[in-house]
Amino acid sequence: MSTDETGQGGPAAPDSARHPHGQGRDLVQLVTPSGERISHPEFDYWVRDVTDEQLCSLYEDMTVIRRIDVEATALQRQGELGLWPPLLGQEAAQIGSGRALRTDDFVFSSYRENGVAYCRGVDLTDILRVWRGTASSGWDPYTINMATPQIIIGAQTLHATGYAMGIQNDGADSVAVTYFGDGATSEGDVNEAMVFAASFQVPVVFFCTNNHWAISEPVRLQSHIQLADRAAGFGIPSLRVDGNDVLAVMAATRVALDRARRGGGPTFIEAVSYRMGPHTTADDPTRYRDANELEDWAARDPISRIAALLERKGLLTEELQQQVKDKADAVAREMRAGCTTMPAPEPLDVFRNVYSTPNSWLDRQQDHYARYLATFGDPAGAVAEEGAR
Amino acid sequence: MIKEFRLPDLGEGLTESEILSWKVGVGDTVSLNQVIAEVETAKAVVELPSPFAGVIKELHEQPGTVVEVGKPIVSFEVADDAGPAPSAAGAPAASGQDAGQDAGKGAGDAAGQAAGESSAGTPRREPNLVGYGAVVESTGRPVRRPRTFPAAGPVDAFAAETRPAATMRGEAAPADTTPAATMRGTGKTPAVEHLAAASDQPAGERPRSTPPVRKLAKDLGVDLARITGTGPQGLITREDVRHFMDGQSAEAGSPGEAAADQGGGKAGQGERETRTAIKGVRKFTAAAMVQSAFTAPHATEFLTVDVTPSMELLARLREGREFAGVKLTPLTLAAKAVLIALRRNPSLNSRWDGENQEIVTFHYVNLGIAAATPRGLTVPNIKGADSLSLVQLAQALSALADTARAGKTPPSDLTGGTISITNIGVFGIDAGTPILNPGEAAILALGAVRRMPWEYQGDVALRQVMTLSLSFDHRLVDGEQGSRFLADVGAILADPGLVLTMV
Repeated sequence: MSTDETGQGGPAAPDSARHPHGQGRDLVQLVTPSGERISHPEFDYWVRDVTDEQLCSLYEDMTVIRRIDVEATALQRQGELGLWPPLLGQEAAQIGSGRALRTDDFVFSSYRENGVAYCRGVDLTDILRVWRGTASSGWDPYTINMATPQIIIGAQTLHATGYAMGIQNDGADSVAVTYFGDGATSEGDVNEAMVFAASFQVPVVFFCTNNHWAISEPVRLQSHIQLADRAAGFGIPSLRVDGNDVLAVMAATRVALDRARRGGGPTFIEAVSYRMGPHTTADDPTRYRDANELEDWAARDPISRIAALLERKGLLTEELQQQVKDKADAVAREMRAGCTTMPAPEPLDVFRNVYSTPNSWLDRQQDHYARYLATFGDPAGAVAEEGAR
Repeated sequence: MIKEFRLPDLGEGLTESEILSWKVGVGDTVSLNQVIAEVETAKAVVELPSPFAGVIKELHEQPGTVVEVGKPIVSFEVADDAGPAPSAAGAPAASGQDAGQDAGKGAGDAAGQAAGESSAGTPRREPNLVGYGAVVESTGRPVRRPRTFPAAGPVDAFAAETRPAATMRGEAAPADTTPAATMRGTGKTPAVEHLAAASDQPAGERPRSTPPVRKLAKDLGVDLARITGTGPQGLITREDVRHFMDGQSAEAGSPGEAAADQGGGKAGQGERETRTAIKGVRKFTAAAMVQSAFTAPHATEFLTVDVTPSMELLARLREGREFAGVKLTPLTLAAKAVLIALRRNPSLNSRWDGENQEIVTFHYVNLGIAAATPRGLTVPNIKGADSLSLVQLAQALSALADTARAGKTPPSDLTGGTISITNIGVFGIDAGTPILNPGEAAILALGAVRRMPWEYQGDVALRQVMTLSLSFDHRLVDGEQGSRFLADVGAILADPGLVLTMV
């Protein structure tokens, strides 16, 4: 097995080698892989209000976003989407944190947090616009208080920090939450964002999903200490949780949000999870990853885990499972329909949404282009032809 | 209604993919997202989920075929009133086309021209992760053609379009390109004006037109080479294309199109030749054989042995309970003999690693068996064959053959071989010079077992005789080791009891 519980990956190394500064620590876990709820002196407090009903709805959300993910992957294979970054295996990290947020909090995510977007109430069709290539971005960020996904690795952490400085100036108690992966922690942007966040003690949560692989690069190559321990160098308190345990993730997120709301500044959360699928649909992980590793992580599947918990509590009824499945199927159907009927943009749409106010240079270009299109005589034909090229 | 599914761009910017296998057959009913095929791109092996719920009407491409993005691969009979299908229906075909024309801009523009080229070149599948783009493939990508203006004499602006290969190759022959070509664009060089004036002379560049007009011509199936342009400097305009179409409405396919048809062989009535596109397994086999023959110096040795004792042993073994239901053939014994002889002659189980300037001697044997399959020659191998008992080896051999004949050999079985056997005896052949499977040091050909007059205990008797042909890579194996190995294999087959002296 080439990954371990500590999320460092690689063949078991002596503790001293793995944690040269002696700061290795255990994962916070509230539910074991077999579904046993274990108590934690500090974190139990933060999920004390989670009712059975809410547990069932967490299970539903995780199942639904997995279905969304599977359907989108199929749509890509069918030529309906150009690309798709699967989130398979990271459902607990996304739902556990996404559900902990308030509507006035603001999310700055990477391209993989489609489950968080689902929690924010995004329109399913909007998720796909960019991947279908019909729009430059999917939605108006202010309608769901979530920025459209950032493709540049780690850049969103700067946006979040800037936004959090704005919150501070406004004197509000909302929080900016930014999501990124293990690979992003090696980027300059993320490090700069953490320096600024610490300097100004702004209300931002750095949510790092350690899914063990930065495309083909294992996390152990990027960091010789646990990622959560990097935060200490910036003077940012950090938490390290089992990212496949939805309750532990929720508790950790609530701890961080609470600190931010009370003026305590930024928090870094490392959610240790695993990318069970490819980096994107254009990637083939079997070329660089040991199949045994996937098997190990499949045994810690986040959805199986909450299902096991529900079963222990006698909540996993057939009725619930059917209801969740129906919901997932309905969502998948709606998304597929939205995808396949999405209108292709008109040639002149390229000029829309460039400037918010009139711009004479742009108007001139648009005029030239319109006249060029008009030379084809038959406008419909010209549009089809342009679209095809 | 019938719905076509066109091969989408499965990675980012891929122009082609190979169909590895169909998971469904004609007449099967499939549900939405049911896996219907396995496809290998330059980046990954992926499963294709069905875009429709319906019945498979036709599979347009066979396993082993490299298909250009945008080409239809399967047709479905879809119920008109199927729930979500109608909404899902119209788009796939359309977007499939989009994919074909976006992703494979090559496939789009140059499809006609480049089709003939698509099969050429060595297929190289390299590890290729997201973000680095696909390996540049010969297919489809529009190669910028140099405008060539022969120094002497006027040129025909329109002759080139029908000869894609020639124009493409023009790039590799810079000698054809005169300095005039570099001055194109000023529109004032004498050569260019000359060109415009004399459009009825042989040789030269492709017809002058604009991209939208070329697209129009392509859509209408018009060969621009047959049109005389009326625009400035002989430029072909939309009107020219339309005008030409009006005059030619009766004439269906143009020669240009016919030449571009890259489908299978065209064996028309009375034709004296059949032209078959080089692709699929044929293409791979050819590349492998050329690579092997021209990198590894082959030496071949022959040995004819009396294998009667082995045949008798086979007969006894077949009656034994341990081998009940197991297919035992001369190949089984020969394979075992090779594995035993290899222990004494390890240099035949090695690889020449030119890149690292090292010889890799394997301490395991992945035994390749050349198999004639419906798709052509493949050499699947048995991993760790040296650790198998005779029963296991026999079972592995028949499983390998069954899988190969069914065309279901997984790609992993086709790589990593360390030595191979080819059984030409099944065709009634005695001996030959086998060509090494690339990367391997030796290959043994088994001849037919024949009853022949042979010296036996001082007399001539009718014995069962077989010829072994061994080719080896002379860089790795000297005559001595090759000969000892072949002698060992022969000795075991001539007297299986000798194994006792070898293990």
